[in-house]
Formats: sequence, C-alpha cells, structure tokens
Amino acid sequence: MSTVKSTVKFTADHEWVQITGNLARVGITQYAQEQLGDVVFVELPAVGATFAQGKEAAVVESVKAASDIYAPLSGTVAAVNDGLPDNPSLVNTDPQGDGWFFEITLSNPSELDGLMDETAYQAHTGA
Amino acid sequence: MTETDTTLLTTALDALHRSLGARMVPFAGYAMPVQYPTGILTEHTWTRENAGLFDVSHMGQVTLRGKNGADPAVALERLVPGDLQILKMGRMRYTMLTQADGGILDDLMVTKLEDRLFVVVNAGCKTQDIARFRAELTDCEVLEHTDAALLALQGPKAVDVLKALVPGVEILAFLSGAAFTWNSTALFITRSGYTGEDGFEISVPNTAAEALAQALLAHEAVKPIGLGARDSLRLEAGLCLYGHDITEATSPIEADLAWTISKRRRAEGGFPGDAVIQAQLVGGPARRRVGIQPEGRAPVREGAKIYADAGLTEALGVITSGGFGPTVQGPVAMGYVAASHIAPGRTLFIDLRGKPVPATVAPLPFTPHRYVR
Repeated sequence: MSTVKSTVKFTADHEWVQITGNLARVGITQYAQEQLGDVVFVELPAVGATFAQGKEAAVVESVKAASDIYAPLSGTVAAVNDGLPDNPSLVNTDPQGDGWFFEITLSNPSELDGLMDETAYQAHTGA
Repeated sequence: MTETDTTLLTTALDALHRSLGARMVPFAGYAMPVQYPTGILTEHTWTRENAGLFDVSHMGQVTLRGKNGADPAVALERLVPGDLQILKMGRMRYTMLTQADGGILDDLMVTKLEDRLFVVVNAGCKTQDIARFRAELTDCEVLEHTDAALLALQGPKAVDVLKALVPGVEILAFLSGAAFTWNSTALFITRSGYTGEDGFEISVPNTAAEALAQALLAHEAVKPIGLGARDSLRLEAGLCLYGHDITEATSPIEADLAWTISKRRRAEGGFPGDAVIQAQLVGGPARRRVGIQPEGRAPVREGAKIYADAGLTEALGVITSGGFGPTVQGPVAMGYVAASHIAPGRTLFIDLRGKPVPATVAPLPFTPHRYVR
C-alpha cells in the first residue's frame, strides 16, 4: 500500500483539517482545547450528512459552555470518531490525534486555498 | 489580556492568582480567577474530597450598627423576610432583600454580633444594596469593609487545615461566626460556604490576605479553586446564584426559599412584597424552582426552554442554571416550571438546539450537603 501524503491546515475558528486525497479529518487545536477547558460532552454529525463550509456540524461542551464545531470545508461526512462521545476528555488530552471529530469527503477542494498553514495559524493565535 | 482589564477592580489576591497561573476573567467588575491550570473538573473534585481555597473578596462585606440603641436586627427586617430577631449571638442566617412586588433584589448572609450585624452581599449588587441600606436604615450606621478580603476554605479537610492555623475554629457550629486572631491579625470567621461541603469564610484585612492565603495553600490538602468550580459546586448543592436562579422577577416562594421565612415573619409581614409573598405562601406559586436531571450526557444550559411534551409545544418554563456536575458525573440543572409539574419524578422535555431532551424533576441537592451540625 502506497503512502498518501497528507497536509494539515487550520481555520480561524481553531479547527485543524488533515487532508489526505479528497478526505479531510477535522478536530480542534491545542489552543482551542486550552481555551475551552475540560470537555464533558461531544455531539457528532451523522455519517452521510452534508454540510456547506462554515455550517455547524458538531458541538463540544466544556464544564462552562457549549461551542459549535463548524464544517471547515463543504462535503459529506464519511466517518465520525465513535469513541469520542463516551470519552470526551480525549479532546483535551490528544486534540490533534485521538480527539478528532469527523471526516468529510470534500465537494469543493478549491476551498482548501482559504485555510491557513501552520505558520499562519501560529500567527493567528499570537503564539 | 483584554483591554477591559485596565478598568477592572482587583482583589488583594490578584498577584497571587496570576502567579498561580489562573485564567482571569471579568466578573461583576472585578478581575477574578475562573480556573487554575489543573482545570475546573479537578478543582471541583478536589474541593469535595480535600479543601479548596476560594477568593470571594469581590463580595460586599457590611456592618450594620444600630444608632442610639436601635436594634439593627429590627431595622434590617424592614428589608428582608428572614427572621433576624430570633438570631442568638454569633448565629448566621440566609435571607434576601425583596422589593414591593415580591421580587428578589439580592440574597445575603447575616451574622448577629453584640451590637451589630455582619452582612455579606453579592458583588454585582453591593453598590445598590449599600445605597439601599443607607437610604432605608437611617437608624443604623452602615460601614462597608473595603479594607477586608474574603477567603472561603471549603471541603471535608477545611476544618483540620484551618484549626492548625487558627485554633478554636473547630468549635464553630454550622452557620455561626466569631472573631479570631492569626499572626496578630484580627479575623472574622464563619462556618459557612457555597459548595454544600463543610467549610469557612474568613474576613481578613487586605494587608494580611495574601499571607493568609499562602499559609493555607502551604498545606498539602489545599488547592486554589476558581469561579468555574465554585459554580459547578453550588449547582450540585442546589444553591441559588443571584441574577440567574433568583432575580427581581422571582419571589422567594417561587424560588423554593419559603424555608427561610419563619412563622412569625409569615404572620407579621413588614418587609417589601409581604402581601405578595404571604399570598403565595397560602395559595402556592404558579411556578417554582426545581432541580432538573436531564437524561443522557448533554448539558442543558441557562435559557433553555422547558416543555411538557416531546413535541416542544406545551411550555412549562426555563432553565436558570445548568451544566455538567463533576461529582454527579452527568448533566444537572435548575429551572422554573409550572406548578403542575414540580413533583419530583415528573418528566419534562428540554429544548436543546431544537431537539427534545427528556429530563426529570429531581430533589435538590444533587449531591448531599455535608455540613457539620
């Protein structure tokens, strides 16, 4: 099996997007989980649901507040992280690994051009 | 840092909070710690199992002293439905300032001392409360203790920690207070709090507040706790938060606080809104504050609407506090529902992002109070 190169991009809403071919895996950044604090609840979209870029696709709740997770790119949900609702603290402990939310099959890959690379994202968070 | 920080007031522990890595947020005009690096869940659980130190210096501390032999308990009863004249020396009571329509202007703790009352009021209300005391209690001197910080030490280990520094506090009964000395600093300590646990609130001069906080934090059983865990602890304990669970639009009876009004005060009245409150005591309020246990894991938040049916058509009321209860290990909430649906066990439906979440009316508190009686 050949290795498909993946790239990671970021949104202004502190989501990361790992793009492999036409598939984008989505989660929230280390910065976002620090801002949220202890995550106690995650609501994921249904596999097969379609979202336009920027629409609410999932919900993450900390002890203090609920936050929307937006579809960073338009497409159809191809998979969700089934283990996350039962173990929402993964968002805190491994936000850019096991704490991923869902994967989208892209319907408009040109939207990728509007996302930030890591350098631009670091500048965005003031790091 | 936000630009509003420059206009915020700070407590005597501001530098300590920042050195402990607190995330500071604006609260009632003050820069206050919402959490420390360990996070709200850990702080909450630590307080339930050990001892948590809270800075509550933003709250108003006021002494009411009768002029020319006037009894400040008689005076303050003109503004609150609580029975203050029955209080023995050093005893403390929870009551609320009411207005003419029975609505609640603030809730407060009142401690009776020799010739005076020591009153603690909410930070967000203190300016209006003190103005009201000055206008209405002309037979009392009104002294605001702006020179004093207020620390709360809460949790099952609070008594052992504090008695090592301040011998004698262990004999204070729940809801009583007395003067103590620490390092030749005068303290006023009450056995009270806002977590459902045993604990103390300590009034200490600003000049000694950081040293006292450091001395308490030096004990291995003590960690600093922010406003985030203070909120989840009081919610599990079923305690009202002013501006949310009780407001000018809710009466003490609607708020299920009838227990704070004695037989004498119910009969005599003599406080703002007495006619409304007496009528609600007899006839029952049209709606009442209840505990609400949502099914599943999703927290329901303040403002969510409550319905009788899964179709979300028959409105019953609204959630006033809601979130995740770390000790309960699930969502907990309080809210107002129509009198037809206040019995524990009644099924309700909460509108959560347009979907009905089944919930049950639950007895309060969610976690048993562990006060020392």
